[in-house]
Amino acid sequence: MATVDLKDIRKIYPGGFEAVKKVDLAIKDGALCVLVGPSGCGKSTLLRMIAGLETITEGEILIDGREVNELGPAERDIAMVFQNYALYPHMSVYDNMAYGLRNRRMAKPEIDKRVREAAATLELDHLLTRRPRELSGGQRQRVAMGRAIVRSPKVFLFDEPLSNLDAKLRGQMRVEIKNLQRSLGVTSVYVTHDQLEAMTLADVLVVMNAGNVEQIGAPLDIYEKPATLFVASFIGAPPMNLLPLKRGEGRAALADGTEIGGKGLSLSREAATLGIRPENLVLAAADGADGLDATFDIVVRAIEPVGAESFVYGDAGKTRLVVRVAGKTIVEPGAHMRIGASAADLHIFDEAGKRI
Amino acid sequence: MIDNRPSRRIIAHAVLIFGVLIVAFPIYYTFVASTHSLQTILRPPLPLIPGSHFLENYTTALFGGIDRIGGVGVDRLLWNSTVVAVLIAVGKIFISILSAYAVVFFRFPFRMTFFWLIFITLMLPVEVRILPTYKVMVDFGLIDTYAGLTLPLMASATATLLFRQFFMTIPGELVEAARVDGAGPWRFFWDILLPLSKTNIAALFVIQFIYGWTQYLWPLLVTNRNDMGTIVIALRKMISFADADTEWHLVMVTCILAILPPILVVVLMQRWFVRGLVETEK
Amino acid sequence: MAPRAIFPNKLLPYLLLAPQLAITAIFFYWPASQALYQSLLREDPFGLSTQYVGLANFRHVLNDPNYLHSFQVTIVFSVATAVLAMVPALFLAVMADKVVRGRGIYRTLLIWPYAVAPAIAGMLWLFLFNPSIGSIAVMLRSLGIYWDPLLNGPQAMILVVAAASWKQISYNFLFFVAGLQAIPKSLVEAAAIDGAGEMKRFWTIIFPLLAPTTFFLLVINTVYAFFDTFGIIHAVTGGGPGKATETLVYKVYNDGFVNLILGESAAQSVILMVIVIALTAVQFRYVERRVHYG
Repeated sequence: MATVDLKDIRKIYPGGFEAVKKVDLAIKDGALCVLVGPSGCGKSTLLRMIAGLETITEGEILIDGREVNELGPAERDIAMVFQNYALYPHMSVYDNMAYGLRNRRMAKPEIDKRVREAAATLELDHLLTRRPRELSGGQRQRVAMGRAIVRSPKVFLFDEPLSNLDAKLRGQMRVEIKNLQRSLGVTSVYVTHDQLEAMTLADVLVVMNAGNVEQIGAPLDIYEKPATLFVASFIGAPPMNLLPLKRGEGRAALADGTEIGGKGLSLSREAATLGIRPENLVLAAADGADGLDATFDIVVRAIEPVGAESFVYGDAGKTRLVVRVAGKTIVEPGAHMRIGASAADLHIFDEAGKRI
Repeated sequence: MIDNRPSRRIIAHAVLIFGVLIVAFPIYYTFVASTHSLQTILRPPLPLIPGSHFLENYTTALFGGIDRIGGVGVDRLLWNSTVVAVLIAVGKIFISILSAYAVVFFRFPFRMTFFWLIFITLMLPVEVRILPTYKVMVDFGLIDTYAGLTLPLMASATATLLFRQFFMTIPGELVEAARVDGAGPWRFFWDILLPLSKTNIAALFVIQFIYGWTQYLWPLLVTNRNDMGTIVIALRKMISFADADTEWHLVMVTCILAILPPILVVVLMQRWFVRGLVETEK
Repeated sequence: MAPRAIFPNKLLPYLLLAPQLAITAIFFYWPASQALYQSLLREDPFGLSTQYVGLANFRHVLNDPNYLHSFQVTIVFSVATAVLAMVPALFLAVMADKVVRGRGIYRTLLIWPYAVAPAIAGMLWLFLFNPSIGSIAVMLRSLGIYWDPLLNGPQAMILVVAAASWKQISYNFLFFVAGLQAIPKSLVEAAAIDGAGEMKRFWTIIFPLLAPTTFFLLVINTVYAFFDTFGIIHAVTGGGPGKATETLVYKVYNDGFVNLILGESAAQSVILMVIVIALTAVQFRYVERRVHYG
């Protein structure tokens, strides 16, 4: 049980590449903090610095209030679950879980007790004598978790632990990890590039890009109020529609000149980007009596029926839009539609990508 | 299978059997000779089937004719060859696995310089530096010692390269997991790297055992005393085609005894042998 | 992006490298540098005085008809050995690729010559072809072919080539089998559907795809013929009759240890080193292309 604090952390590799630029982060005791971002954004480097596998160029890392910068990974009282599980291929499941405890010279009966408890929790009891190669992907994943649990560390670190599983298993394991983390109450840092995984797991979500933290917050807050253009485009699937705007005469128009209908927007600067989530776009009434603030006339290009909902892809002028429609839809490609959203659902970002 | 006609396969089998016969013939015929009496051998052509002197010849060679070869028994020579082959194989594996471990799993100044220094030795086979190496042996007083017979042959770029290649396929996460589990470099080496290298070590052992056993030039140079010679060298000294007194039946027995151990190693450890051969040359 | 996982220790890696570096320095670099140094000196036969002679040893060696002859012998020997060791091996490997049952047995029966020391291989062959007691020599004589490799130069060459290539067939066979297995069956099948007959399939599909293996083996076999066959020659012919089988390596040994012409022996060593470096460079270029360094 511990807090994790990162103070002005930087990582510059010997080649001069700056992987992490000044990250400040405080993780509360027992919280599950998810670092999310595209590959190469620095999230894994950050995690590995917390683990002690990567040196820290600048800044301080504190675990449970104690500075750990100079401590090796084994001395930080952390446990880690790796992307490829990193199970020792020549050891049984039991030995894989016991190895770290043996290295800490724990008494045999205690080791046995812990391994068996963890195995019971993870339903691995019947597999203890197997070698990793005799296990399925999901089972290996559990062993990797087990290896972390037996140590009862202060902090769990997860490095994309589910990315090697198929979609169905991933969903299942996601729920299990969440439950396990709740019941054990161990502070956890979890790295993923999958925004859905990030949204569903996180108590605190940290969105990273190009070595910078773009936004920190509760997942739904981030979803509803993305602080930057990057966050807006990264969180949510299909991604938010991003429409370039320019200041028109009296009211804003799309950058390609297409007019925006409805009550209209005014813009205090030359250019900006308008973001609208696909589910916030609704069918507009032909007479404008719907009270929508921004409406677009689109030509339908394609329809993707997913079952419970459908996605309609269309063009407003030269700008592509995607609209989520509940259930089935009867529109055909080539049809004209009028869609729109209310002011509360419009996100506007300045040229630097900051939310206005 | 594209061609299922049995005739094709019969031809293939016939060719292979013919090939096997040719390849095996010199060894087989030596064995045949080792079971005949001296008189039979001296009146060629020799029959194609083994004779009746098997027990007699082998007993004489192994026990009766002690001190036959320049005052040294066959047992001593076989022992020398075994010691030399095992020392070379084990020594090579030992020093190369350590240096490969250093090069792959650590970062330190001059790492690549050292790697190249080892790599370049590929280009310096003993044959191109015989005289000066011999002088080093003399200076160190290593003539007629096991150390002299084995040490210079232990440094091997191929073994180091093989281990390096293998170590580089070990996922970095495994190292990190071990570090998180509290394993330092030595513990990682013993608990994880060594067990994982088992097949590679076995493969390399077979190859290097053969290499050590079949050495010729080097043992020829660094041994003067007959009791330090290897069986291959001693055999060479036994044979004289000009000498009418050569005991050919015993020479043939010694020949068989000299080639049997490495052949057994190759055939019995075939899986590792083939693997080792194909891997070391990558 | 992330560099390889490593241990942070500073001193340990040097300790780990120490044994190999020590042996390498003492038995490789020091003698090699001595060879270089001595190749520039001339020593009188009693070892009483030495003098610096520059490149005179090299000039002398390269103008020495004996040396040039030994060069020629080495080339003939190497080419003949490489061809004779590779062609039957390829043929047998192709046949082994065709059979389904018994492949393992054939392999077992074909690999043992690899375990035979070159010197003993030479003796086995000499035992068969020796004019007085060699069974095959006797049979040849009854056919009217007079056979004495101990007196006849070309026959001596044939004998050492036979022994040298016999020993190397196992090795080449294993590599050709591995190479053949790596050729996708679908390619051969596609060629069959395209109407290519068996010979045509071999020459247009299989052989070109085997080219990397073949080239690799060519280099390996040349190196083998150059350096690893000393035992065969020493045990069988002693370089004779009349220097007919005196290869470069044999000559270095002979001039250095038997005739005690140290400077020239050293110069020959240096020339050999250059040859090995060239061969290794060729081989390495090839390796570079084939092996992917991660």
